[in-house]
This record gives sequence, C-alpha cells and structure tokens, in this order.
Amino acid sequence: MHELPVVENLLNITLDHARRAQARRVLALNLVIGQMSSIVDDSVQFYWDLLSQGTLAEGATLRFQRIPAIYRCWDCGRQYPLDGQHLACPQCGSVRVQLIQGDEFRLESIDIET
Amino acid sequence: MSTTQTVPVVENILKANDQLAQTNRALLDAHRTFAVNFMASPGAGKTTLIVRTIHTLKDRYRLAGIDGDIATTLDADRIAATGIPAVQINTGGACHLDAVMVHNALAQVDLANTDAIIIENVGNLICPASFPLGAHLNVLIASVPEGADKPYKYPPMYRGVQAVVLNKIDLLPYFDFDLAYFRRGVEALNPGLAFFPLSAKTGEGFDAWVQWLAGQISDYASQK
Ligand SMILES: Nc1nc2c(ncn2[C@@H]2O[C@H](COP(=O)(O)OP(=O)(O)O)[C@@H](O)[C@H]2O)c(=O)[nH]1
Ligand SMILES: [Mg+2]
Ligand SMILES: [Zn+2]
Repeated sequence: MHELPVVENLLNITLDHARRAQARRVLALNLVIGQMSSIVDDSVQFYWDLLSQGTLAEGATLRFQRIPAIYRCWDCGRQYPLDGQHLACPQCGSVRVQLIQGDEFRLESIDIET
Repeated sequence: MSTTQTVPVVENILKANDQLAQTNRALLDAHRTFAVNFMASPGAGKTTLIVRTIHTLKDRYRLAGIDGDIATTLDADRIAATGIPAVQINTGGACHLDAVMVHNALAQVDLANTDAIIIENVGNLICPASFPLGAHLNVLIASVPEGADKPYKYPPMYRGVQAVVLNKIDLLPYFDFDLAYFRRGVEALNPGLAFFPLSAKTGEGFDAWVQWLAGQISDYASQK
C-alpha cells in the first residue's frame, strides 16, 4: 500500500519537470531504486498506470535501475553486499556496519517529446 | 516536427514527505509542543504503553494523542478513554503514517494548550523508517515475544530512533529471549541509545521510562 502515496509524489515530480521543459508528452521515467528502499517495482507500475491516465505522462515507460545494498564495516573497513539476512561483517563478524548504498529512491531523469 | 530528449531530474521521490515533516516540526515548535512518535510491530504493546504513560504524566503535562490505524478507531478510543484529546488518523490501508496525515491531524489539536503530543504509528517495522513525521522524539517499542534478532533484521528502524523500549519483560521466563544479544544489536546500530526494558502490563521498569520521557518534555519546554 505504501506505493500509492509514493507514486502520487512521483507523478507530481514528473509533471512538474515535464511542464518546465515544455514537454508535449513524457515517454519514459528513469528510476533508481535501492534494494533496501522497500519499494516493489510491480506495485509502482500498477499505481503508475492508474494515476498517470489523462496526464502528459500517460503511458510512459518506467525503467528501474536496481542498486544492491552494500555495507561497510566500521571496525575493519570491509565493504560487502547484503547476503540474505546476515548483516554482520563477513571478515571480522562486527555488526558496527553502515549501509553505504541501497536505500536510494530517486527519479534520475525523464525522456520527453517536445 | 517533434523531438525527444532526456531531462535530468535527480529528485528524491520522498522529498515531499521530508519537507512537510520539517513544516510539522516548525508548527510544533511555534507552539512549543513536543511530539513523540511511537513505532513498533503490530501487537508489541504500543497502545498499552501509551495509555499507561498518559495516566502517569497527564496531571503534569497537557497531553494529546494522535493514533494511526488502518481502519478502526479502537486504539484512538483507548487513548480518548484516558481523558486526553485524541485524534484518529485512518490511513486507508497505508502501512505507515506520513507527514501529510500528521499535518492534517495537527490541525485538529489545540496546539497552544498542549505540552506534548503522543503519536502511535501504524504497526510496522519497515515503512515508518522512510517517513519522518516531524516528531522531536522517535521511540521504537520492541517486545519479548518478537525475539531478540529484530535489531539485526530491521536496522533502518533501529538507526532512526532516539530510544528503544523493550516491552513485555514479564514474559522473559517463558521465552528464550537473549537480552544480551538484543542489546548488542541495538548498541551496534545506535551507540549510546536510551534503553528501557519494562512491562506495560505489570508496570515493572516503568518508572525509569516515564521519568526519562518527562525529562525530555521538560527539557524541551525550558529550551526557549
Ligand atoms: N504480558 C504482557 N502483555 C502485554 C504487555 N503490553 C501489552 N501487552 C498485550 O499485548 C497485546 C497487544 O497490545 P497493544 O497495546 O494493543 O499493542 P499494539 O498493537 O502495539 O498497539 C494486548 O493483548 C496487550 O494486553 C506487557 O508488558 N506484557
Ligand atoms: Mg495499537
Ligand atoms: Zn569487519
């Protein structure tokens, strides 16, 4: 359910930038979504199809670029991808770790027709 | 002739929420009203803890409650039964409160005559972490039956709070809850975090918690 308000925001941002660029139509959205952002592509697509109807962005393609979660260990400096539910550092076992990428949820750019 | 082009945007899609959270904070500060956001999984004991906290503090501070629930008014009714004003937010199925819902609810609170607002978020350990509300204090309520591995499984929630309450310690004899393992996880994610093991049911450990919370409210009130 989380995706409905999220897609409303996404549509507002898209239309805002499209109007400013004097677009006649929005063809595609290039989205960057981190593995840890708790956003489901299919749900975003579902609400997008619904909400974009009758707007400049109706029918625009959603392109998702998925960013894997990468942690960095504060104790030994090791960087490693999230593996299942194990958060601890694979090198030294520390859980003093920091997510350095993987929580993104950005609209990178839009493809428009002018 | 039509041409196609790519327009850079680079906007955080949840930016609107973050901005409105700042507006909420400014509104609260303008009225010197302290807000606390309680988050937990369903059944951890949010409403029970909030009700007991209100009973302990309502003679000292002018309190109000905001309660997020997917469809019912059950929790808001329990809060209203303590005698403080309570606003129900029906999230219409959403899995978390967001800054817009809280903004609308704040409009129904007499902020000028309220020292502190207690907000019960929707039961969920994932989504609320991505939606700041503008509260001054974010509290995570864990509970013994959920198991001691929750800090390890839901790190964003444990990172984003200023206190952790471990509720239902009256049940420790019946569960294999490893308190030391739990504490290590919390400490690793959020070093030095205020931690209150207690039972909202029996009242064990409750004094330390309400005294700390009262201190937070009083410190805020005397800040400006
Ligand atoms: N044994 C025990 N039960 C509790 C405690 N706190 C809450 N409960 C029970 O846990 C259940 C869920 O509590 P509730 O406050 O509705 O949880 P919420 O969904 O997080 O708001 C209820 O049956 C409460 O009576 C506690 O400290 N000990
Ligand atoms: Mg409740
Ligand atoms: Zn390490």
